[in-house]
Amino acid sequence: MASEALPSGAPAERVHGRRLLVIWAALTIISVLLIVFVAGPHMPPGNFSKEARDQRHINILLAALAMPVLFGVWTCLLYIFSTFRQGEGELQDGPPVRGHARLQVVWVVATAVIVLALGAFGTEELLGSAKGAGGGQGPDPLAVPAGQKVQVQVIGQQWAWTFRYPAYGGVETSQLALPEGQTTELHVTSLDVSHSFWAIQLGVKADAIPGSDNVAFVTPRHTGSFEIRCAELCGLWHGHMHNTGVVMTAAGFAAWIRQQQAVNAPATKTLPPYSTHYFPDPIRRAG
Amino acid sequence: MSVGAKALAIACATALAIVLVAIYIVDFLAATPSTVKAASAPGGARLTLQTVASYGHSPHPDWVSYLVQDGGGKWHHTTVFKVPAHSLVRVTIYQYDTATGLRNPFWSQVRGTVGNSMTVDGKTMNALDPDLASHTFAIPDMGITVPLKGVADDAKNQCSVAPCPLSMAHTTITFTFRTGKPGKYRWQCFVPCAASFIFGNGGPMQSPGWMDGYLVVA
Repeated sequence: MASEALPSGAPAERVHGRRLLVIWAALTIISVLLIVFVAGPHMPPGNFSKEARDQRHINILLAALAMPVLFGVWTCLLYIFSTFRQGEGELQDGPPVRGHARLQVVWVVATAVIVLALGAFGTEELLGSAKGAGGGQGPDPLAVPAGQKVQVQVIGQQWAWTFRYPAYGGVETSQLALPEGQTTELHVTSLDVSHSFWAIQLGVKADAIPGSDNVAFVTPRHTGSFEIRCAELCGLWHGHMHNTGVVMTAAGFAAWIRQQQAVNAPATKTLPPYSTHYFPDPIRRAG
Repeated sequence: MSVGAKALAIACATALAIVLVAIYIVDFLAATPSTVKAASAPGGARLTLQTVASYGHSPHPDWVSYLVQDGGGKWHHTTVFKVPAHSLVRVTIYQYDTATGLRNPFWSQVRGTVGNSMTVDGKTMNALDPDLASHTFAIPDMGITVPLKGVADDAKNQCSVAPCPLSMAHTTITFTFRTGKPGKYRWQCFVPCAASFIFGNGGPMQSPGWMDGYLVVA
């Protein structure tokens, strides 16, 4: 692929351009197909909840969109390195380049279209059908899914998660259980420092801030277990602040919550009335 | 400076940096609290602990802390305890600190022990008034939580230097739990009991050897 073998001037540029275009198009098509059909089905966070499924679709779309840009840059770089490398002999300057209006217009328009389209797509994902896409939306969420919701309060503390169910006598548990197919309204808060509630396979991640109510929605699609972690460095035992959540059938959930009400009755009697947050009241400091 | 001298200087500086980093790592690892094996008992082990409001010795004489007693009756300032797997562990905690109160009353209930209960000064209980809790002994991965009742604020003869003798004001908490498979399980106190630290959760609450540590099940 030596440049000396090609005609000089504009025809040579067209040949190089065509070669680059063919290589770029081939790599892009192959990589996009691999992303969509091979890697895509295995991309995190999976398919466990409606929100997780939406996030996976976004990850597939973004990865596929990145391929033309990635291979555009790599193909140009490698082609230039291999084709226009300075050989033996006298050192020569390349031809002077003084602007290229068409290239600049294409570059600006293409990047602007990509960025604006992604912005519109992201807004649609947050406010449209995905309704918040599993992220914490603060105390007054903009995107609220329709229909009845199971309300669960997620309480972070150094170093454990506990979960409170206001519709079931305000019982608090050390395990998170959710009913299959029903939208859950998670109210995430903290009793001490900042934590971050991350239900990995459910595609939920919401900061747990003391004195704040952070609302996120999730609709599990099938039964099974999922991993819960703290995603905010919160002190010595941050790495141990993990848990396993469960999605149950509606009947299984009803039985489980009845059992939790019975098992945790002694503690439930001492809990403060349900509130969206418990800081700074009650507050007890040592010393 | 010649090229050779520069190279030598860089090599020496790099070697010095490596040595300093190695010293730091070794110091960090060596600072891990020592492990004390629980005393043998029929069917398992006997673990005897005490909690004190202030350790009374360097490096942090005013820090709250746990201590553990070995089979010979000697108290050790460590929070790494070794117990046998698949066996019953009978725990006795002599609690010398006053109450701070639980930030989350959820931890006021006894969970994960045999019968989901404890005894406090001989009385069997399955929960404690959250305001009376001085500390907890909790092993989250084993589902064990035991709230520890504090001594009264106006109790006479309060202890301020560890190890505290039984003649000083204290409450005695006992419970039994069953260990499972071998592993290293972290335990901690859920009462924000670190005086003078923000929200009571700094200092001894963030330092193995004081208010948290490991239960080594082997």
